[in-house]
Amino acid sequence: MSNITSAGAHSVDHHGDHGHHHESFWTKYVFSQDHKMIAKQFLITGIIMAVFAMILSILFRLQLAWPDKEFPILEVFLGKWAEGGRINPEFFLALVTIHGTIMVFFVLTAGLSGTFANLLIPYQLGARDMASPFMNMLSYWFFFTACVVMISSFFVESGPASAGWTVYPPLSAIPKAISGSGLGMSLWLTSMVLFIISQILGGTNYISTILNMRTKGMSFWKMPLTIWALFLTAIVGLFSFPVLVAAVVLLIFDRSVGTSFYLSDLVVQGQILPYEGGSPVLFQHLFWFLGHPEVYIVLMPALGLTSEVISTNSRKPIFGYHAMVYSLIGISTLSFIVWGHHMFVTGMNPFLGGVFMITTLIIAVPSAVKVFNYLATLWRGNIRFTPAMLFAIGMVSFFISGGLTGLYVGNSALDINLHDTYFIVAHFHLVMGSASIFGMLCGVYHWYPKLFGRMMDEKLGYLHFWLTFIGAYMVFFPMHFMGIDGVPRRYYAFTEFPFMEKWISVNVFITWSAIIAGLGQVAFLWNFFGSIRFGKRATQNPWGANTLEWTTPVEHIHGNWPGEIPTVHRWPYDYSKPGHHEDFIPQTVPFSETMSSNLPHDFEGDQEAERIQREWELANKPQTEKETE
Amino acid sequence: MGFIKYINLKTVFILALSISMGLSGRAFSQEADTAARVTDTTAAVSSAGDAAPADTAASADTAAVAPAVSKAAAAPAAAVEPESKLNIDPQVYTNFFYYTLLFFLICVVVAVIGRILKVYELTRKMNGLDAEYYMYSFHAYFFLVSLIAGLYGVYWSYAHHGTQAWRAAATEHGAQIDIMFLVTTVIITIVLVLTHIALFGFAFKYRATPTRKAYFYPHNNTIEKIWTIVPAVVLTILVLFGFFTWRSITNVSEEDQQNALLIEVTGEQFAWTVRYPGRDGKIGERNYKLTSPLNGLGIDFNDKNSWDDQLGSEIVLPVNKPVRVQITSKDILHSFFIPDFRVQMNAVPGMKTYFQFTPTITTEEMRDKLGDYNYDFVMLCAKICGGGHYNMQKRVRVVTEEEYQAWLNEQPYFFTEELRKEFQVSQQAESENEQDAKLLATAN
Repeated sequence: MSNITSAGAHSVDHHGDHGHHHESFWTKYVFSQDHKMIAKQFLITGIIMAVFAMILSILFRLQLAWPDKEFPILEVFLGKWAEGGRINPEFFLALVTIHGTIMVFFVLTAGLSGTFANLLIPYQLGARDMASPFMNMLSYWFFFTACVVMISSFFVESGPASAGWTVYPPLSAIPKAISGSGLGMSLWLTSMVLFIISQILGGTNYISTILNMRTKGMSFWKMPLTIWALFLTAIVGLFSFPVLVAAVVLLIFDRSVGTSFYLSDLVVQGQILPYEGGSPVLFQHLFWFLGHPEVYIVLMPALGLTSEVISTNSRKPIFGYHAMVYSLIGISTLSFIVWGHHMFVTGMNPFLGGVFMITTLIIAVPSAVKVFNYLATLWRGNIRFTPAMLFAIGMVSFFISGGLTGLYVGNSALDINLHDTYFIVAHFHLVMGSASIFGMLCGVYHWYPKLFGRMMDEKLGYLHFWLTFIGAYMVFFPMHFMGIDGVPRRYYAFTEFPFMEKWISVNVFITWSAIIAGLGQVAFLWNFFGSIRFGKRATQNPWGANTLEWTTPVEHIHGNWPGEIPTVHRWPYDYSKPGHHEDFIPQTVPFSETMSSNLPHDFEGDQEAERIQREWELANKPQTEKETE
Repeated sequence: MGFIKYINLKTVFILALSISMGLSGRAFSQEADTAARVTDTTAAVSSAGDAAPADTAASADTAAVAPAVSKAAAAPAAAVEPESKLNIDPQVYTNFFYYTLLFFLICVVVAVIGRILKVYELTRKMNGLDAEYYMYSFHAYFFLVSLIAGLYGVYWSYAHHGTQAWRAAATEHGAQIDIMFLVTTVIITIVLVLTHIALFGFAFKYRATPTRKAYFYPHNNTIEKIWTIVPAVVLTILVLFGFFTWRSITNVSEEDQQNALLIEVTGEQFAWTVRYPGRDGKIGERNYKLTSPLNGLGIDFNDKNSWDDQLGSEIVLPVNKPVRVQITSKDILHSFFIPDFRVQMNAVPGMKTYFQFTPTITTEEMRDKLGDYNYDFVMLCAKICGGGHYNMQKRVRVVTEEEYQAWLNEQPYFFTEELRKEFQVSQQAESENEQDAKLLATAN
């Protein structure tokens, strides 16, 4: 305790006027229960994990581009895993596995929803904090522990898990089959259980906050789309993550207790194993029952954030707000009945494959609606290209180009020869990877002033966007063709098959693109971390946005609003409303203050309000306009 | 405006850091050099030749690692160097630092450009011009350029990579899949192009100007209904098309199953074993518990169907004859994948999976068609299965019926002399009836 108190003595309380005089360094920065601080913790941890996973991807891209070359410097860093300067085949699989796991779970799930759900739910709903700040803190610390456990698997002698991020048994269950399935896999599973606990704690909290703590006037249909997206994401997560726990726990039993849930009839390297009666396909069902909703857990927050950013920066209401919400609901619901499309050729009953194909292609309809609505929002807008807006437009582009290839892979007949090829790699890296990371970066650029009270440098943001946007397309677009040719994913080298040799030059191109795009991220990191200290000070509402978070003071205070929580009077998308002198009307402005711009639709059938409006119009409007009515 | 002050600091900081890195790098390479000389001079010399040209790209990559890391990592590496037997040429480190320096140089250039832009904006402001909207125009034009470049890139990729990747299917059902693939490609390409023209075109056309005001247009139910229904209709067509194709491929009637040539393919780390049924056309049962060095597949020779089963050195198939492949695995998941045939099915331990198809083109014909006289169909593993995953293949040859028969006659039986003896011993021990023993003696 002594060091806690001494640390407290050093910390300076910047806003002591709010009754929290006893915040020590530990309670303020480390075990914080404040949603804004937790959001920052999630974000920074997410960014660190993203950089780590990106470096892993560059490592395996090097191997793919120059399979015959030696890179002695790798041996310096990786030791026995890159003996003679060449990455070892099993370590290559470990790189692929951990890259996927970190990106999907730690960056795009926790880093994305963790950050923005924590930041925006209380802010945009008008709440002082989350429903349960303590649970919120636990959620972060479980996540952090999961990250540490995952990274620690690199320091294990047998290496990190290397059965692919989907960890299909028996490969993940039998250490004899691959060395990464030893202690590394145990750590992977432990990390995943901790991670899921974190998600459940977080998700419960998000849902209860959204249901119970909306400010006065904030009905469901006045919530910004970000909140809708985060709300549905949390619900999807809450329903699907426990299933992964079940899958993981059974796998742990198979690995260490000797049960046979997933294992049967195995003869590994000449040794007959005693397992009998299990089915590897069972694991796939359980895994993808989470795994597919997970795709939407990753994507939906990005859709929510970009909806908000596109609307704000087009200075136009989001087109078809209700349709956007209904399509999110549609996507969430359908996401639970499409998991089988990952298993068309895995030995699942082929009839079931047909059924899953139908459900899968249905989910394309709400996705298409969302895209068209984005386009309609841009149409006749007054588009300001802030870095956030650029990333939002990039996100829409990736969502289209990656989503469209879903029509191939969701079609079970076409999937036969695309399954587990580079086509899949290209598809999900565009639609889930790039689209979501662009959604996340868009959110970071847009809400940075709210997170840190300063602005990020725009020019560096522009550089970052163009490098990343072009780079991502150059990396993933050619991969489609490799997949069409039948090159399977997770291949250590393309040297063993004559038909793959023509792709080695393409691989070199992809790797250089990846390196350049990777270096482009330094612009972001510099900008992000530099601006925390040195950025231009933010104004209260730098983007001219309508939502509630921009009514809070720039300096963070506990409880968000110094006085009373504002009341909400209108939906969040009154941008460029005709008749109003400004091109935005914040949600807190009552209709009585904007008589010149009110539309009959605004009153939702409130006769008294309509009468007042009519009277005002009769009294104030010029004669000519009255006649047209 | 605080940023202007700091960009100076930044530049100075970068320069200082890069100089110090350069110095420390040189100093370090010297040190490593001597260390290497003390421990193993000859090895250092011999490795110098091959390591020097190779490390260029490596250093380029590692420059991507945050600059701070490189410095931190260098120190422990220096300490480790003498005792561990890493014979890394000092040139590697030098090059590494050169690339790090190069990266810093790029950073400095970027910082300088940023500074110039700031000055430019300031002068614009002083001359009463706007310093905000000109940047929006810049991006708008950039979007226009990337639209055109992107569309051309897509065209080029289709033309170039597409022809490189595309080979018509060599099976009956594959032809159907190909038609569906092409139809889907046409549809999605149209959608891709149109939506991107809209996306980037709107971004260009409706860029912010000081005078523009956005058009308040929150919704239009008719339009929304149209663009819900149109994709739904298109998708329904694709779904029906796909569903019936899929059923025709996977839902093979009992009779067709009987008429097909049955072969068994078993995956294990990292090889495939092919089993032909022999004269009886039936594949014998297996029991994984019987696996032994002699009997790698664990064939149960109590099942007489297994006695004439033959081991295929590769997969040879008669053309235009339906083949039913029974796919199994000994150890972990593998995937039986023949890209040219549009055939893929996972090999699952403890479960048999099947895929039935009819090859329509012989290897010779395919070679003629492609003009590549070394071309072979190949079966490969498409499911991650360990360190040798990238090289788990079996050649597939499609030949005429006569060639097939001739080849088949040369293939050895699984029930080898040794296994027969072993089996007889066990049979006698179990005092089985004589008839079996006789049959056994005359088998094959």
